[in-house]
Amino acid sequence: MTARTAPPPARRRRAGGLGPSPWWGYAMIAPAFIGLAALYLWPFLKTFAKSFMDTPAFGPGTWTGLDNYTDLLGDGDFWQAFGNSGIYTAILLLGVPIATVLAALIQQISRGRAVYRVLYFLPVVTLPVAISMVWRFIYNGDFGLLNWVLSLFGVQGQYWVADDAYAIYAIGVVGIWMSLGVNLIILGAGLQSIPPELYEASSMDGAGRVRQFFKITLPLLSPSVFLVTVLTVISALQMFDLVFVMLRSVDNTALDGSKTIVYLFYEKAFVQFDQGYGAAIAVVLLLVIMLATVLQFRLQRRWVFYD
Amino acid sequence: MRHSKRRSAAAAVAATALVLAGCSGGGDGDEVTLTYATWSDDQKPAMEAIAEAFEADHPDVDVEVQVLPWPEYWSTLQVGAAGRTAPDAFWMLADQFPAYAEGGQLLDIADAVADADVDLSAYPESVMDLYDTGDALYGLPKDFDTNAVWFNKALFDAAGVAYPDDTWTWEDARAAAQELTDADAGVWGIAAPIDRQGGYYNSIYQAGGQVIGDDGKAAIDTPEAVAGIEFWTRMQADGSSPTLQQLSDTEAVQMFMDGKVAMYFSGSFWAQRLYGDEALRPNVGVAPLPMGEQRASMISGILNAGYAGSEHPEELAEFLIFASGEEAARLQGESGAVLPAYDGTQQTWLDAMPEFDLQVFVDAVEYSVPLPIAGNAAEWTGLETEYLAPAWNGEQTAAEAAAAYNAAIDEVLAE
Repeated sequence: MTARTAPPPARRRRAGGLGPSPWWGYAMIAPAFIGLAALYLWPFLKTFAKSFMDTPAFGPGTWTGLDNYTDLLGDGDFWQAFGNSGIYTAILLLGVPIATVLAALIQQISRGRAVYRVLYFLPVVTLPVAISMVWRFIYNGDFGLLNWVLSLFGVQGQYWVADDAYAIYAIGVVGIWMSLGVNLIILGAGLQSIPPELYEASSMDGAGRVRQFFKITLPLLSPSVFLVTVLTVISALQMFDLVFVMLRSVDNTALDGSKTIVYLFYEKAFVQFDQGYGAAIAVVLLLVIMLATVLQFRLQRRWVFYD
Repeated sequence: MRHSKRRSAAAAVAATALVLAGCSGGGDGDEVTLTYATWSDDQKPAMEAIAEAFEADHPDVDVEVQVLPWPEYWSTLQVGAAGRTAPDAFWMLADQFPAYAEGGQLLDIADAVADADVDLSAYPESVMDLYDTGDALYGLPKDFDTNAVWFNKALFDAAGVAYPDDTWTWEDARAAAQELTDADAGVWGIAAPIDRQGGYYNSIYQAGGQVIGDDGKAAIDTPEAVAGIEFWTRMQADGSSPTLQQLSDTEAVQMFMDGKVAMYFSGSFWAQRLYGDEALRPNVGVAPLPMGEQRASMISGILNAGYAGSEHPEELAEFLIFASGEEAARLQGESGAVLPAYDGTQQTWLDAMPEFDLQVFVDAVEYSVPLPIAGNAAEWTGLETEYLAPAWNGEQTAAEAAAAYNAAIDEVLAE
């Protein structure tokens, strides 16, 4: 996880303020650190090591250097999965402005605000299998709800989740819908911290709602928007579950062209027993996510406003 | 002060150790606990009955049946085996078997089977072939499944087409599928997905072809194999089947249960589900797969296998033999869940669903062919849609698609 907030400014204390010796502090954090090391650091190091190995289904592998990585670069499936994850991430980023506007609208509601929050949060706590069943019905090419609505406008529907030309986009829409709940909570919290006097003062000066949104809400909310954007990119690049539950039915022919990078990892490591190759995919994904996050932190200086 | 702190820390450590010991030790004294992992909720009652029957004979052993969801079953098993925490006994499938057997993860029960005088000829030979590794014996078959034509009598009656029977040839099937198709009513004659086990593998062998040749290389581009694939692509070209996209939206078995397709070529494992639908039950018929050059049906079956790293190998071997034995087979058959593998117990399954003519599936054992497995089967079967869909969609001929897929299989096998 990346840092959610900037670290607090370091305050120098008088020497000895924390007690006689520093080892005590390390001892205090040891349980948490050991837990993290065992559950995250150790698997990470193992994965990293495995990415340089040719691994049989069971037992130790043999070192093959960069073979997995060079294979990866020449693997069409890998690039396709990369493209699909990129498309999915781009679609989910469209969800950030939607969530921002919705959060601002909900903030304006004086009564029943909680009802809306709950409604938008429901998808987050609903079983993925139930979600996939409902959306598969909506997207069904022959008797789906979406195509029925389109037919009312004379538009010819598609086999949204049975055709790899559309499946990743269709899944992206579900992804936006599922991510709204958490995003609205974060953005809602950000909105609460904007002093209401600013709105009162500006409306006395004759500013309308739209102008207030762009001149007050958006700049003051920008740290929250930035946070939501970073989290969205990180989670969208790791998307696996929606492909797994929506496209992995027995006869689905759209799966081939719609795999995401983590789905490909799952398939290589756990279905085809090629853990070394899977590990290489995971390491590349980690690098991409790190790069994307660093880039965003660089770019934030241009648009995020901290008061 | 210091002392008391140390003492309480020591006590905490000791308590933790006790809790951990309690988890692995399994309570009182020398009681042995065996875990038995499965993936089917439908079969859970039968599996628990088998566990109880075994416990009755072995009071010191406690068998715990675990049902893992199918999507997670194999990854859980694989990770468990790698992490030394796999269940003691578990279900194994032929396409996963080689990796586990070659990886040394399975318990060899050859000696225990010899000591117990188990009659190996009680199991269908073609199922035993699926799990044949030479000297070692890594388990015994629990059940098997063969394929036949599931058909909807009401749709046949409505179209005035005679029911399929054991005289049917490929041409009869194709003609019937065309006659049964009624586009206005949204009814198709047959479901023709890219289905290896219930579909095109059967027709490849019916045409005299092979998927993997005797030389261990792909043989799916031979004229016979191509003819087997054409059986299905013609159905698609005729418009007698829902398209691949429609079958992606709604699985073939669901189409059959909804009365949208009149024929579904598939396995005995659907019997219980189709039987459970009381409105559908009187309309369901079963007939042998139509004749090509010869009769053929894929056969597959689950193996009761054990984990090589189990702490109780002796009890485990006894349990595996029991779980695939005659008494366990009867318990399974009576539940209707699956066709038991043990010879002579199949009647229990037939009796559980008397309205269905399920004898067809038992008869199919005679002309059954083991599901082709070679090399990293999960990898090359995973390529099937990519290479064969163009033939099903009419973008390529069956021969073109088969040639491309053949090369891809060989590439995987050469690794």
